[in-house]
Amino acid sequence: MASRKLSDLRTGERGIIERVTGTGRFRQRLMEMGFVPGTEILVEKFAPLQDPIEYVLKGYHVSLRHVEAEKIVVRDPAQIGEG
Amino acid sequence: MAKEIRIAIAGNPNSGKTTIFNNLTGARQKVGNWPGVTVEKKEGMTSYNGHAIRVVDLPGTYSLTAYSLEEIIARNYIIETQPDVVVDVIDASNLERNLYLATQLIDLGVKLVFALNMVDIARSRGLVTDHAKLSVLMGIPFVSTVGTRNLGTRDLLETIVRVAEDRESVSRHIHIDYGLELEEEIEKLQGLIRTHTSFPDKHHSRWMGIKLLENDEEVTKQIEKGPGKREVFDQLEKSKAHIHNIMGEESEALVADRRYGFIRGALKETFQQTRRDRRYLSDQVDMVLTNRLLGFPIFIFFIWAMFQLTFTLGQYPTDWIDAGVGLLGQFVGEVMGAGLLRDLIINGVISGVGGVVVFLPNIFILFFCIALFEDTGYMARAAFIMDKVMHTLGLHGKSFIPMIMGFGCNVPAIMATRVLESRRDRILTILINPLISCSARLPVYVLIAGALFGARAGNVIFSIYLIGVALAILMGQIFKRTLFRGEIAPFVLELPPYRMPTLKGTIIHMWDRGSIFIKRMGTVILVGSILIWALSSFPMAPNHSSDPGVEKQYAAQREEFQENTLLGRLGKAIGPVLRPLGFDWRESVALLTGFVAKEIVVSTFGVLYHVGENSGEESESLRSAIRSAMTPLIGYGFMVFVLVYTPCLATVAAIRRETGSWGWTGFSVGYSLTLAWILAFIIYRGGLILGLG
Ligand SMILES: Nc1nc2c(ncn2[C@@H]2O[C@H](COP(=O)(O)OP(=O)(O)O)[C@@H](O)[C@H]2O)c(=O)[nH]1
Repeated sequence: MASRKLSDLRTGERGIIERVTGTGRFRQRLMEMGFVPGTEILVEKFAPLQDPIEYVLKGYHVSLRHVEAEKIVVRDPAQIGEG
Repeated sequence: MAKEIRIAIAGNPNSGKTTIFNNLTGARQKVGNWPGVTVEKKEGMTSYNGHAIRVVDLPGTYSLTAYSLEEIIARNYIIETQPDVVVDVIDASNLERNLYLATQLIDLGVKLVFALNMVDIARSRGLVTDHAKLSVLMGIPFVSTVGTRNLGTRDLLETIVRVAEDRESVSRHIHIDYGLELEEEIEKLQGLIRTHTSFPDKHHSRWMGIKLLENDEEVTKQIEKGPGKREVFDQLEKSKAHIHNIMGEESEALVADRRYGFIRGALKETFQQTRRDRRYLSDQVDMVLTNRLLGFPIFIFFIWAMFQLTFTLGQYPTDWIDAGVGLLGQFVGEVMGAGLLRDLIINGVISGVGGVVVFLPNIFILFFCIALFEDTGYMARAAFIMDKVMHTLGLHGKSFIPMIMGFGCNVPAIMATRVLESRRDRILTILINPLISCSARLPVYVLIAGALFGARAGNVIFSIYLIGVALAILMGQIFKRTLFRGEIAPFVLELPPYRMPTLKGTIIHMWDRGSIFIKRMGTVILVGSILIWALSSFPMAPNHSSDPGVEKQYAAQREEFQENTLLGRLGKAIGPVLRPLGFDWRESVALLTGFVAKEIVVSTFGVLYHVGENSGEESESLRSAIRSAMTPLIGYGFMVFVLVYTPCLATVAAIRRETGSWGWTGFSVGYSLTLAWILAFIIYRGGLILGLG
């Protein structure tokens, strides 16, 4: 069971979103932007100062701060699961 | 003629909403505000086949929650005015995420048309969508458009009319299926809302039920106000607990999840990506522009170029306008007889309007540059690069542009805060922006530092700029910790693909913002200028005559006259407040006139020290007058005071305009005056104690 934080993924790595922790507005906003379980996400690049981080999901690019990416749990895409 | 059709345009930011709106309405549009808020409202008219169509542009949003002002405006407009058709502009190259908003529009139960925009980009990326099938699945007609080339506009109009008249065959009302467990609870809530509250409508009550499960504050408030709240809220508690029990997840997360589930289901059979993981041109451009090593130098170059264009290139037209205003004043002075009316027109109206008009070149060039950054997609990258730095100041990456613009002029800088999406970020940036020393304050520093610090003037002036930046950082931290505590909106910044902007589109964006400046600020500044003119003209000076001999004598009496005007008296009245800072009544009057614009401080000194109001900051006689009146310590305190207190009337107008609140405007003026006083006090008194006086 290799669940990791999204913030731990390196450039070029992929993950499948398992869940978004956190609460309220933050969590809902992320889910609205497509951070829902089962979605594949790719780390596109880190900003020159390492934060924020650019991701690709659902065919578009979005950036999150490191502290936000910490709240997203992903699993290895090779693992069997829905999505 | 048939009945007017009212349509509203919804869509995600960057979906091409503005472009589609302009294609539909052409030049026939007007920009206003949504009632009570500062979010812009654009309305236009068009006609098709004898139907008059009224088009309202809703704010661009990703969703319709109650979390952001734009989203509340968009959904309240739809609920309250019930437009005949809502057109949802969807970016075909970003279909899945764009359809999220669409699912919420479906929940609202309005008649919809989807404008599938940017099909050119989608096609070049190998994204293939079966529109016909998707239309049938969702019960909503899709019309393909390419906004930039005005393709599909007629088709869109045709479809709008057909849907409005219920002649469209694919249109039918579907429900987003939230899954068995949620649907059961939604149904229970819907039933109670219909029977017990004042919202009996079938679609609307279902929508409210869903929103309650999403913890929507607005809908909760609405239910709270009316009858039946006990029944509804009791059921809501039970429903949420039940859902959490069997699904192991909060209801609001499940709702979002199910919407994406619905979208995935609909796209499964209708959408194909024929090429996978290709590197697009946009990504390659981005590899350079946000490169670890090159990103910052390139960014700094762009900002430098924007600054140069705005303030260096903009200086030419500004000078012409300035000269024109001067000539106009002279002309009026010659053709009109001396008197109060002439004075009012020249010194109140013309210089007041002139004070607004001289900003126009700077503002329009700046907004053109910003529009260019936004339309190309670079703005989001600038925020991406700068966020780390700005975040340590409690600001958003996008706040960088307004902050740096402040060195030129705070008025366009404050207006540039529009690029920020969250109101908290906007107000925080607006509050600390005036601490960035604008170019109009420089003449004051040059005069005072030049007079009192001799060869060290350059370093002294630089230190004032540094104090401004340090104060901005400090106040940002303080405000962040006191006024803006609580949940911070997540960063979640979309990085749209780089696009080639069109000149027309960029000019439209520039005009939308710039024209607001003319309309809204013009009046405030004009009224303010007339007020200051009146204060400095009454009671009238004796011997008011145009005879040159008398004029000369009159000039000699001006100090006395100035002392006796309302402004002079006001200066004396506030004298005691400023005395602890070492300022006498002349400095007080100069600071008062500085409220209109900082450069006026110099000409006021000119008048008060009898060296004539046309002597500039380099004038030697004015400098020696300053030398005999102020010690370096007082002078330094004075410069800091000028740095910190409200930059000018135009800035006040801009703050009022952008915060939409007199409260914040008053707070801004009040805190900056207080801070200016405290700092000047510390400098003067501290300096005296240290023996620097
Ligand atoms: N290639 C292409 N670009 C478009 C299309 N529609 C709009 N654009 C561009 O996309 C950018 C954003 O459009 P705009 O109308 O400002 O989007 P808004 O943020 O939704 O109002 C601009 O640079 C437009 O020129 C289209 O159909 N195809």
